[in-house]
Amino acid sequence: MNDNGTLIKLQDITKKYISGKVSVMALKGITLEIKRGELVAVIGPSGSGKSTLMNIIGCLDTPTSGSYHLDNESVAEFGIHQLAGVRNQKIGFIFQNFNLLAYATAYENVELPLIFAGKPTAYRKEKIMDCLAQVGLADRAEHKPTELSGGEMQRVAIARALANDPDIILADEPTGNLDSQSGGEIIKLFERLNAEGRSVVTITHDMGIARRWNRIVKIKDGLIESDVVIGGKK
Amino acid sequence: MFYKLMLFLKLIFREFKAQKLRMSLTILAITWGTISITLLMAFSVGLEKQMMKATAGLGKGIVIVWSGQTTKVYQGLPPGRKIWFRPEDIDLIRERIPDIDLVSGEYLRWDVTIEYGKKQIDKLVSGVYPEFKELRSHYAQMGGRFINQIDYEQKKRVIYLGTRVKEELFGDQDAIGEIITLNGIPFTVIGVMVEKLQDSNYHGPDKDYTVIPASTFVLMFGDPYLDNLVYSVKEGVKTKDVEKQMFALFGGKYRFDPEDSHCLWFWDVAEQAEITAKVFLGIKIFMWFIGGMTLLIAGVGVANIMYVAIRERTKEIGTKIALGARKSHIVFQFMIEALAIAFVGGALGILFSVLVCRIFWMLPMEGELELLSRPTVNWPVALITVATLSAIGFLAGFFPARKAASINPVEALRYE
Repeated sequence: MNDNGTLIKLQDITKKYISGKVSVMALKGITLEIKRGELVAVIGPSGSGKSTLMNIIGCLDTPTSGSYHLDNESVAEFGIHQLAGVRNQKIGFIFQNFNLLAYATAYENVELPLIFAGKPTAYRKEKIMDCLAQVGLADRAEHKPTELSGGEMQRVAIARALANDPDIILADEPTGNLDSQSGGEIIKLFERLNAEGRSVVTITHDMGIARRWNRIVKIKDGLIESDVVIGGKK
Repeated sequence: MFYKLMLFLKLIFREFKAQKLRMSLTILAITWGTISITLLMAFSVGLEKQMMKATAGLGKGIVIVWSGQTTKVYQGLPPGRKIWFRPEDIDLIRERIPDIDLVSGEYLRWDVTIEYGKKQIDKLVSGVYPEFKELRSHYAQMGGRFINQIDYEQKKRVIYLGTRVKEELFGDQDAIGEIITLNGIPFTVIGVMVEKLQDSNYHGPDKDYTVIPASTFVLMFGDPYLDNLVYSVKEGVKTKDVEKQMFALFGGKYRFDPEDSHCLWFWDVAEQAEITAKVFLGIKIFMWFIGGMTLLIAGVGVANIMYVAIRERTKEIGTKIALGARKSHIVFQFMIEALAIAFVGGALGILFSVLVCRIFWMLPMEGELELLSRPTVNWPVALITVATLSAIGFLAGFFPARKAASINPVEALRYE
């Protein structure tokens, strides 16, 4: 694992949702730093604010207050085009229910972020096959999501997240919709990606998985209840 | 830039394939709307043209006059006197009523035996002046001509045939220059009428009779009186005013009360054409109304499909944003999609309409059906229809797409 500086720095992040007359404080002041090369498990009960935190880190949502620095740049300062660029280049987002385009093949799904990045054809082709090979699906490139198992679909989603070599991979309960064997494979894949030097932050309910990782952040009621670094690496 | 554009087109094309059914339905809606309106207006335009032509078949803006009899005592003369037009009345009219443009008298003789070879038929023969050609739209087919001034002056034995008369006598054979006999007297065929639409007549349709110079007619049959007069008035002159002048002129000559309406009978074709035009204006307004309603229904259909399509794809939009798509990527995609659908739908609609019109032009239609036989695509209407449906589809796609691309991606992703 590499440890060469802070990648993510959250300071007193709050997030308030307003639905009609009811307002809910999803995050009540989160301060968190994640360094390059870390393998972080975010755990916590349902409704604790894990996903909200992930969405803010992934630049899909904006905090109500507090500051967020990604790679030493304040995200609040980014315009919409810059934000799109950040999502495209720096972050690889993985969803619980994969969010693959149903009509597109595995190849075409992985191609999507490369198209948004405007990469040339030859580069795209090489990169897509490389990413699919990394997740062990090079031979399923022409299959559509309906022709793939849940585990395979999630691996396609991971290949898609890897396409633009992001600084960090964010996964929101990536094994939530998978059986234990497929889930185990996905977790091993994350561990391997981390071993190759990528930062990975994952929300999980599986304490068994969480324990194997080098850092566990526990969220409860919108606050960090504990932040344990195994091996003293925080 | 161009390269990026191509990349997006690739992406859009991929989604086209994925949404075949929806695309097809939207295209069908636009095609159907375009066809309905274009054909509705095409038949409306065609019908109007044919009706105008049919009216012009009898003669454009002409007045036909028959003489009647007196019903009033006038200058000591009793009522019940028959009035007769004489050949010299033609010159009198030309001289005394300058508002009249062209005038011709017409002699008529029914059941004249016409023979050609072994064929023999009985037909109406009309003796007319050369002006009759323009007045009654008697245009000859290629190679032939109508009665002219020389024929009239030299009392030539020449004859002009209605199309049916020509067919009955000659079949497909060329008739020009052939000699036929009228009650045994030889005549040379100088022309055959061009097939024409005629919605009204006063002694049978023109295709059923034959025409010879008035002078020849008098020589042959010895009629002292004209059966009727036909005239047209000069541009800007009201036919009603000329009618009054006719009553005054002939009232003076034949000594009847110019107020005695039974002495002269007028058939004002121009007035009738005006009424027809008014009726047709009503029909046209109705057609436009129906067309507008159809456009509205088609528009609502297109808007509905586009709107639902984008609502359905909100989650997909959220995913794309999470993967780094810009707002412009999303909006541009829907714009191109809407425009492509509109273009294909519109083009198909117009193509089909043109095809239907062509088919109608080719179909053999006779009688009243002939009025429907010339549908003509009204291009401005067709293009406005396509543009309107496209604009509706575009707006119905553009605003939800822009909204979907503007909302928080987290909300878009949550959308089911």
